[in-house]
Amino acid sequence: MPHENRDDPAVRFERVTKRYGDRTVLDGLDLEVGRGEHVTLIGPSGSGKTTILRLLMTLERVTDGVIHVDGRPFSHMPGGTNGKLVPASERHLAAHRRRIGMVFQQFNLFPHMSVLENVVEAPVHVLGESREDADRRARDLLDLVGLGDRADARPTRLSGGQQQRVAIARALAMRPGILLLDEVTSALDPELVAEVLDVLRDVARSTDITLLCVTHEMGFARDVSDRILMFDRGRIVESGPADELLESPAHARTRAFLGRSGERGRPLR
Amino acid sequence: MWDGEAARAALPAVLEGFGVTVLATVPAFAVAMVLGLVLALVQRAGPAWLALPVRGAAAFVRTTPLLVQLFAAWVLVPALDAPVLGVLVLGTHYATYLSEVYRTGIDAVPKGQWEACTALSLPRRRVWRAVVLPQAVRNVLPPLGNYAVSMFKETPLLSVITVHEMVHEANTFGSTHFAYLESFTLAAGVFLLASWPTSVLVRRLEARLAA
Repeated sequence: MPHENRDDPAVRFERVTKRYGDRTVLDGLDLEVGRGEHVTLIGPSGSGKTTILRLLMTLERVTDGVIHVDGRPFSHMPGGTNGKLVPASERHLAAHRRRIGMVFQQFNLFPHMSVLENVVEAPVHVLGESREDADRRARDLLDLVGLGDRADARPTRLSGGQQQRVAIARALAMRPGILLLDEVTSALDPELVAEVLDVLRDVARSTDITLLCVTHEMGFARDVSDRILMFDRGRIVESGPADELLESPAHARTRAFLGRSGERGRPLR
Repeated sequence: MWDGEAARAALPAVLEGFGVTVLATVPAFAVAMVLGLVLALVQRAGPAWLALPVRGAAAFVRTTPLLVQLFAAWVLVPALDAPVLGVLVLGTHYATYLSEVYRTGIDAVPKGQWEACTALSLPRRRVWRAVVLPQAVRNVLPPLGNYAVSMFKETPLLSVITVHEMVHEANTFGSTHFAYLESFTLAAGVFLLASWPTSVLVRRLEARLAA
């Protein structure tokens, strides 16, 4: 297996196709995200943005094509005759997906655990950290997201914005190299969006984490992204630096999409 | 008609029988809870070669009468004492119902919980133990309670394999003193006194979980 190389992109999709029955969501997609790069995917719903994140998190399997992470095959593994790539086993996926974390639209916190237990669960049971170390770090992370005083609360006692901040702390506790953000503010009341985006801006600025976001918050996209990809019907319509793409989109489809969302760099809602 | 004297005389025997009834119900329900969980897990997460026969066997036990199972076990497994055999048969019979209850509870755990576990790379075992089962069991506490009550009320069937539970004792007293009315009325009263508060508790629990 080739050794990890600093120049390898963090994520590379090689002609990735995803079909559900006879509906094609992604059609031979090629995509690269550099290490430490912050990329935002925009586009109409049903255009396949979220599917990209779900494939990376192994919540879905590719129909065709290969996903590479850190220069190594991720959705597939060498096997079969003469080292040809075969679909990855559950074991291969389990060994490699630790590098990747995800924050969901619906938070998906564990409701029967306290906030602190949510955050320490994976470091203790996956990374094998001691409970004391994990506790200490979890409290630091909860401070980072502004919830240091709610460590013992049940998630259901928190507002949506607070729950989402806990979910961010929980994902960061695994020290992911790549963080996937799937419409993390879409389920929130408008007045709670800002507190979540502020936390994410902090994370984006203060770490060298690779970020892959799907969002309808154009202001946030502009703030944190190095690059924005405009998606439509499973294909990249246009790609460019955040300001450029939002200010002067080259493609008619992008102009139509940005026009319809009725804003330029302001939150949708 | 009603002979207060006979009723008073029957009370100790009936209460002794009640002790046996409780002693049978508690371990039988424990067997049902544990075995039911195992059955549910095998059917949900086990390999197909095991899940399918287990599903078939559970359906068979569930759809045949408990009375017949008790007689069959009594004849086929003479090595075991009647109370032990009764507890095992009763527990196994109810386990097949409880496995369905657990399955409903497991299915009711939202998909997002599983996805969060994958995103955190939690190992399978940990997913079940720490995330899915605690929520699944909480989901089904009320039906579990209801099954406990109905199992309690079915223990008189154990009398057919000579377990001296309450109805057996009432019957014996009735025949020796010719006081069936008194002894059976007492037994019914004790059942009511024990079942009623339990089902009220279950209903309260249900209301609290729904809130």
